[in-house]
Amino acid sequence: MADENKPGIGISIRNLYKIFGSDPAAYVDMVKGGMSKTELNEKHSHVLGLKDINIDMPGGAIQVVMGLSGSGKSTLIRHINRLIDPTAGEVIVGEDDVVKMNEKELREFRRHKTAMVFQKFALLPHRTVMENTVYGLELQGVPRKKQEEEAQRWITRVGLEGFEDNYPNQLSGGMQQRVGLARALTNDAPILLMDEAFSALDPLIRMDMQSVLLDLQKEIRKTIVFITHDLDEALRLGDRIAILRDGEVVQQGTKQEIVLKPADEYISNFVREVNRGRVITVDMVMTPVSGEGSGPRIKTGSVLETAAKKMTEQSVSHAVVIDEDGKPIGSLNIQDVIAAMVTPVDHTMVDDEAA
Amino acid sequence: MDWLTEFPAMDRSSLTAIKKTIDLGFRDFTRAYGDAFETALSPVKWFMFWMEDLLTDSPWILVLLAIAGIAYAASRSIKIAGSVAIILLLVGYFGMWEDTMSTIAMTIVATLLAIVVGIPIGILMARSDRVQAIFNPILDVMQTMPSFVYLVPVIMLLGIGRVPGLIAVMVYAIPPIIRLTNLGIRLVDKDVLEAADAFGSSSWQRLKNVQMPLALPTIMAGVNQTIMMALAMVVVAAMIGVPGLGLGILRSINNQYFTLGMFNGLAIVGIAIIFDRVSQAYGKRLQKHLEVVHG
Repeated sequence: MADENKPGIGISIRNLYKIFGSDPAAYVDMVKGGMSKTELNEKHSHVLGLKDINIDMPGGAIQVVMGLSGSGKSTLIRHINRLIDPTAGEVIVGEDDVVKMNEKELREFRRHKTAMVFQKFALLPHRTVMENTVYGLELQGVPRKKQEEEAQRWITRVGLEGFEDNYPNQLSGGMQQRVGLARALTNDAPILLMDEAFSALDPLIRMDMQSVLLDLQKEIRKTIVFITHDLDEALRLGDRIAILRDGEVVQQGTKQEIVLKPADEYISNFVREVNRGRVITVDMVMTPVSGEGSGPRIKTGSVLETAAKKMTEQSVSHAVVIDEDGKPIGSLNIQDVIAAMVTPVDHTMVDDEAA
Repeated sequence: MDWLTEFPAMDRSSLTAIKKTIDLGFRDFTRAYGDAFETALSPVKWFMFWMEDLLTDSPWILVLLAIAGIAYAASRSIKIAGSVAIILLLVGYFGMWEDTMSTIAMTIVATLLAIVVGIPIGILMARSDRVQAIFNPILDVMQTMPSFVYLVPVIMLLGIGRVPGLIAVMVYAIPPIIRLTNLGIRLVDKDVLEAADAFGSSSWQRLKNVQMPLALPTIMAGVNQTIMMALAMVVVAAMIGVPGLGLGILRSINNQYFTLGMFNGLAIVGIAIIFDRVSQAYGKRLQKHLEVVHG
């Protein structure tokens, strides 16, 4: 497609507030002034959905928003295509503020700039797989033949060839979500919103779908906003991760940053169970060098597990990290590698697991 | 102690005055607008007569085959189409072919009219809670009002004959289609609607692509009920000069013709079975895509 080589459109959410209730506008200033969620709820019977959200989502990357149920993550993603109107704040997509769009502009924005995949698939039950997949293009007014060509390409790409004339009810959950994905991709929008897209699937099928998405992303390079409650999924998919709790962003950054420096108790509880060897890259633990080092060469961006495997196989205690062009950029010590893999992380650095 | 044994009613003269005012008001209304109504209804009248002529004047064998054919097209069931043919043959053999045909014509026209008027009202109700709040009590009244009462205003407005009868039947039979259209649209899965919005559907596209198709099975249940109510009312409407099986029943009441009454009654039952089975089978066929579930 034409926009394959362009960097995707970035999304930047600024000072976003969402209060649910009969007169939300009246309480924004009080919440900005420091009123707590509990006080707002008990004294004024309004619910604070999102509080002062600021996230910059880079174009062409996967931004994961993670949080448990009730943290406001699904509310947040619905602000990007304004399925939910914010109480205050801005949602800048590319150059435009979604919040300021009128109804017609919003409709055009939804048709051409975004596509969405839903937790419960939300396929049209009375339409076949093909008819579901063309839905976005149908709304855009693309000629039927072109719609079907485009749809067929994505149906094949997500592995549903031969099921074009089936109804959604005849497919398994995993296959239905492939239809959801094909429908969103056929829209050819630069932004893909995925609201707990894989949460309703079995663990194995979920892994499978994650691989499908990562493979696709290599070629489509869209700006993907992925909502999940599963940290493993977040770490697997996210180029950047924001963690939401009670409607506030508690931490955001790359996955290494989240795993290595959890901002508080809440996040450290989350990351304690993570297999750090598969998340942390060699770049985080290497010591920079300028000259040639000795030992096996390990590519930048590799995870510790790979490095440790390579070093133990060759029974060496040192390795060299090289960049894309094969130039050495740092040296690795097996002790540092293993230390980084096993050190339990806690923002307070209290080692309760060793005791 | 008079007021204990006798209800302290409004005195006779004011009661009479009230009735008189309303009656005179309505009479003035009918004098002023009766003709306008009749003109406005002339296409309906034309359609009504066309349908009746079509069913009664065409060769009976063609009509029978056509009705059985429609039954088969709607239900895709030889059994249902066969039963329809047998019922019609019996009705004809017992000498009620013409009456039956005009009753069927009346029911079809009244039902079509109820659908054309009722579905838009149901859609409006589904889109706004306020409209729903206004229409719900009206529909409640309509559904509990004794059917004979509907005849009074239409006779005053339009006189005696097929068209006022048709209007009375339509008004009587319209509540189910309105209610079930409203219900069907309101029951459409919120997730699917959200998806339609997320892809940029306009309000019309939402209605056309998502709400109406998904509400259709419920709406068909409404159509089925509307047909049944129309059929019941067609008999009552015989009192204001609607021809058909109802007239036979009316005559048998007046003259105590037991057998005539039974025959006509059974013919009505026969038609009811035809309409019911065919429309239900069609409604079921619309839901086919929901039935085949991944195992």
